[in-house]
Amino acid sequence: MLMADDISYAVGGTPLLSHVSAAFPASRVTGIIGPNGAGKSTLLRIAAGLLAPGAGQVSCMGEGLAGMTLARRARHLAYMPQDMPTLPPMPVREVASLGRLPYGESPAQALHHLAVTQALDKVGLTGLAHRLANQLSGGERARLMLARALAMQTPILLADEPVAALDPAHALAVMGVFAGLAASGRCVVVVLHDLLLATRFCDTLIMMKDGHILHQLAPAHLTDAMVRQTYGVTSRRVDGAFVPWDLCTTDPSDQTR
Amino acid sequence: MTRASFKPVPPALLNGGLAVVVALLAVASLLWGESTLDIPAALADWLGGKPSVGAIVLGQLRLPRTVLALMVGGTLGLCGAVLQGYLRNPLADPGLLGVSGGAALGAVCVFYTGLFQLAAPLLPLGGLVGALVAALVLVVLVGRGGPLVLLLAGAALSSFAAALTALVLNLVPSPYAIFEISHWLMGSLTDRTMTDAALALPGVGVGMALMFGTGRALDALTMGEDVATSLGFRLGGASGVQMRVVLGTSIAVGSCVAVSGAIGFVGLVVPHLLRPLAGHRPSRLLLPACLGGAALLLAADLGVRLLASQAELHLGVVTALVGAPVFFHRVILFRKRNML
Repeated sequence: MLMADDISYAVGGTPLLSHVSAAFPASRVTGIIGPNGAGKSTLLRIAAGLLAPGAGQVSCMGEGLAGMTLARRARHLAYMPQDMPTLPPMPVREVASLGRLPYGESPAQALHHLAVTQALDKVGLTGLAHRLANQLSGGERARLMLARALAMQTPILLADEPVAALDPAHALAVMGVFAGLAASGRCVVVVLHDLLLATRFCDTLIMMKDGHILHQLAPAHLTDAMVRQTYGVTSRRVDGAFVPWDLCTTDPSDQTR
Repeated sequence: MTRASFKPVPPALLNGGLAVVVALLAVASLLWGESTLDIPAALADWLGGKPSVGAIVLGQLRLPRTVLALMVGGTLGLCGAVLQGYLRNPLADPGLLGVSGGAALGAVCVFYTGLFQLAAPLLPLGGLVGALVAALVLVVLVGRGGPLVLLLAGAALSSFAAALTALVLNLVPSPYAIFEISHWLMGSLTDRTMTDAALALPGVGVGMALMFGTGRALDALTMGEDVATSLGFRLGGASGVQMRVVLGTSIAVGSCVAVSGAIGFVGLVVPHLLRPLAGHRPSRLLLPACLGGAALLLAADLGVRLLASQAELHLGVVTALVGAPVFFHRVILFRKRNML
């Protein structure tokens, strides 16, 4: 559904991505994982059309992203950024309804109303719909940002560290939402740092380091050696299961952890 | 569940109420003066070209003043709302871009060269040329830069225009010219004609059309630039939101300053006062800020006439005297709210 083909991107002569190619299919949750500075967010922003690649191209449902109008893109791709804006004192429901902007005005229309209601329901904010957005906690704001993206009802959703500010219960719930979207045929691409969530909820993992993709695989095929190569830490299985992870220090002789 | 602690006024009620206030103030502006007028008769005379006293007072004194107060006030209020929404900075105001400074410089140059003695319209025309040159410099300076570049470019342009204006004042040989320039810079709608209004009208019309067209993009920008782009709004480039904001505010404000002089605080205070009533959504603030700006300037101009003394009180002085305490009040309220 979304393809990145031989993407390179540099800032001031420093390469952030080098010849990266990846496929993000429909009905799948694709997780992009890797250490800080690996190029995960840059790849996601290029895939969303927010950055123009120095080389290579992104295609969306067989159509070059660069050739699509912004209005058309907005009906195909929803993007949730890593950084949260300072929210104005607008009601939660109204903030979520901004996701309907690509479909024109008249948010009172039944379709818009339903889309916003469903989005708030999915992230568990229905009860806070009339609260002012600037009075929400960090986790509630993160879920509101996701609701805004879900209200766009696009076939593709790109989310950059959507669970970073969430407690375990809400992180599980949000990842469950992504799995549900994939089950309904959507393409979900999510940048994650939590390997436990990544291996549990993603159908495909893209492991990145230093602007390169090291591995693209199903979580079941992930090995300790791949984690060591990507993050520089060792890991081990517990009770024969791949999860939960037990991440150790880079010194294998250190058995205290 | 905690409900919103404030009650924004429904847009129709807010805009309707403000429109009624503006209409009442406009009628008061036409009626209020040293001589009592039979407005229908004076209007009939003026439209019929009959040179009666009523027609002269109405057509050459009060009507231009009222029309200009509506145009200038509406423009300043709308510009303030658009700039504060685009820059996501509550301190943004129309003077920030340096175009007002360019208009002032253009008018001051007309004073300096003595051209204003040749024909009255040369003064606003000079201001208009100064504003357009400043707007052009601003557009070139900003290029593909974002809001931060716009802020910096505006500050630089504003400082440079102020420095050049001071230089001209420094070099003016005639004390009479310095007196004239100083008075013009304070801002006023006194002794303006319908020619002034006609000179400002095209710029105000084009600028307002550009600014009112940015409402939905300003809503999207409350979520940040990346989200606004992902929602389908082009921010940069020749057809982008930034270009429409820069051109719209520059052309409209430049046209107004060219005919009225510098009138401060309207663009800063009016959006602040009306934002809670509009519900903090930028697009819903545009029309109320436009109407509110017009109402404030009409009221201030009526105040100028009410307080008329031997030394003429300038409109820009009144708006600053009224606007600054209102802004102090908002600052104190804001501080208290954040200390809770």
